[in-house]
Amino acid sequence: MSASVGKVLLAVKGLTAAVGGRNVLKGIDLTVRAGEVHAIMGPNGSGKSTFSKVLAGHPVYEVTGGEALFDGVDLLALTPEARARAGFFLGFQYPVEVPGVANAQFLRLAYNTVRGGRGKDELDPLEFDDFVREKMKLLEMDPAFLDRSVNEGFSGGEKKRNEILQMALLEPRLALLDETDSGLDIDALRIVAGGVNHLRSADNAVVLVTHYQRLLNYIVPDFVHVMDGGRIVLTGGKELALELEARGYDWVEEAARSKAARAA
Amino acid sequence: MNDVGHPFLRGLLARRSPLTPTTPTAPTAPSVSWLLALRAEALERGSTLAVPTTRDEDWRFTDLVPLTRTGFGPVTAAPSLGADALAPFHIPEAGARLVFVDGCFSAPLSVIAAQGGGLFAGSLAAAFHTHDELLHTHLTRLADFRDDAFMAVNTAHLHDGALIVAEAGHAVPQPVHVLHISTLADVAIHPRLLVVAYRDSDLTVIEDHVSLHHGACLSNAVSEIAVAAGARVRHIKLQRAGKAAFHVATTTTHVERDARYHAVGIALGARLSRENLHVVQAGTGTDCQLDGLALIGGRQIADTHSFVDHALPDGTSCQLHKCIAAGAAHAVFNGRVLVREGAQRTNSAQQCRSLLLSGKAHIDAKPQLEIFADDVKCSHGAAIGQLEADEVFYLRTRGLDEVAARNILTYAFAAEIVGRIPVRSVVERLRAEVLQQTGAREIA
Ligand SMILES: Nc1ncnc2c1ncn2[C@@H]1O[C@H](COP(=O)(O)OP(=O)(O)O)[C@@H](O)[C@H]1O
Ligand SMILES: [Mg+2]
Repeated sequence: MSASVGKVLLAVKGLTAAVGGRNVLKGIDLTVRAGEVHAIMGPNGSGKSTFSKVLAGHPVYEVTGGEALFDGVDLLALTPEARARAGFFLGFQYPVEVPGVANAQFLRLAYNTVRGGRGKDELDPLEFDDFVREKMKLLEMDPAFLDRSVNEGFSGGEKKRNEILQMALLEPRLALLDETDSGLDIDALRIVAGGVNHLRSADNAVVLVTHYQRLLNYIVPDFVHVMDGGRIVLTGGKELALELEARGYDWVEEAARSKAARAA
Repeated sequence: MNDVGHPFLRGLLARRSPLTPTTPTAPTAPSVSWLLALRAEALERGSTLAVPTTRDEDWRFTDLVPLTRTGFGPVTAAPSLGADALAPFHIPEAGARLVFVDGCFSAPLSVIAAQGGGLFAGSLAAAFHTHDELLHTHLTRLADFRDDAFMAVNTAHLHDGALIVAEAGHAVPQPVHVLHISTLADVAIHPRLLVVAYRDSDLTVIEDHVSLHHGACLSNAVSEIAVAAGARVRHIKLQRAGKAAFHVATTTTHVERDARYHAVGIALGARLSRENLHVVQAGTGTDCQLDGLALIGGRQIADTHSFVDHALPDGTSCQLHKCIAAGAAHAVFNGRVLVREGAQRTNSAQQCRSLLLSGKAHIDAKPQLEIFADDVKCSHGAAIGQLEADEVFYLRTRGLDEVAARNILTYAFAAEIVGRIPVRSVVERLRAEVLQQTGAREIA
């Protein structure tokens, strides 16, 4: 996949962030090029979701140092909506329920806003309806989900499909999917992974935050990173995920230490 | 406690319409001596009662001084409106329509339902000739004016109003629209509505208060709703008065055995509005649903006082009241639920949820549960807050700017109540109005 090196989409250097007076991210370095798939793994509480939300611009997190360039632009200086319009997409670990707003309206509004931001024509409700139904077929989603309130009463798996549907509509250049596979049964996993693969191209990139190798069987990563204590402590190829699956995370700390010692 | 004979009330009582037929076709003067007696009693009460002050427990949060400082005259002649004036308020689903212009029944603008089809919908003045017995039985029997200055004044003026009757066993297919249009400033009107749903009937009434001007005026309304055994009544009250108007209203509903009453109250207008909702369980196994929304801004005050009286066993009541206050607006909710001794297996749930859109807006929400039976399920909750940061963020990550995200969430908060109105065109119209008020044009 990454035989020919794509251009750098995301360059994160020394990123640190705090929440509630506590440092949660302690210096993250990550470079993602067009065409690549990265996986970020690591124990609960290691900072994966925080990293995702900091990149998306959640106001509760305070960036205390470092930088994140998205296609050369200072991502951290942009509002969350400007990041979305620029082509950064976050698939939420816990998608938010928005009672009272119909999913169809929400999806069309998001689609038109992001497209408008990119100077493209908007779709009226009828045009959009056809368009979104096509995309839903890809994810084997029941069109009935269009009439329901955004994520309200959706099962865990239905919420995750709705996230990927949004990704399909917004066509991001970089999609960061936070535990999109958690709570999916094996069929749903195959469908969702198929959807993500369908959206991949040489011009975009995907970062998967996951606990499980099974997702990576479908979406094969070029790089696997292990996060621990707010840092990326180890990076390897796809075989690293298999090793983590077999051996857990305990040995990673050890390996990271010896790697650091070698480098010194 | 208060000075007897309040000058404000005396002013309101000074000139009353005579009790004569207002419809030119009325054959003879009605023999309504009982009503004359009631009016006299109400006049006497209105002349001795005081205007409530914030020292009265029931009016703690709502100061009526701005009202009593304003003088209102009677309506001497109502302007005649063309049909085009109705267009913005037209409800296509409605079968019958009773239109009142500044409190006066307008026959040309109304579509009445004469007796025969299981539904009567017409003016009270006309019904004095045709429904004397029914009126004698029901009118003023539910809403007791004796201790309430506003109701006493309303009753002292009682000479016309809207009467809606659903015959026993008859499901009225189309809603009845009662439309009050205010065109004059500086006047007080006293709207009156009586709904009688006989056994096992089914009826939807839309009580609609709108304004064509921005001047000060007072609407002092009383509605009485009798829901007989097994009947189902849906009562939608839309208060869209002008921004300088005062709106004080009491709705008293009696719900008999196994009957169901669903009220949806929407308060958007008026400088000061007060809704008194009084639901009395008058039979076993009743089912009541009260949904309310106050959406206000500027310096508006919207006060809802509800009182659900569970007097008998196996009653259910479910209430959701929402307030959205922007600017320096003030919303008040007092939800009293009384479960009397013997009202066993009552199941009552009440919730008040409020959204403050500015630092200057404020909300007083008070549940008031009084339970004297032991085998009951009663819950209540009051939550006041701002929009959820996570919800705003979620919408922003999908490209919506912060203002749009906040507006949409505010809209959604209100839309939940609007969506409970069982009349599609009303839902759509109100959604558009709520969209405007919340600024959420984006999802129109
Ligand atoms: N909004 C927040 N407020 C307080 N602490 C937080 C918040 N978000 C994350 N944290 C803390 O930051 C650490 C990393 O959490 P998180 O990024 O969710 O980890 P992961 O996604 O890897 O499981 C945890 O200790 C968590 O409790
Ligand atoms: Mg997480």
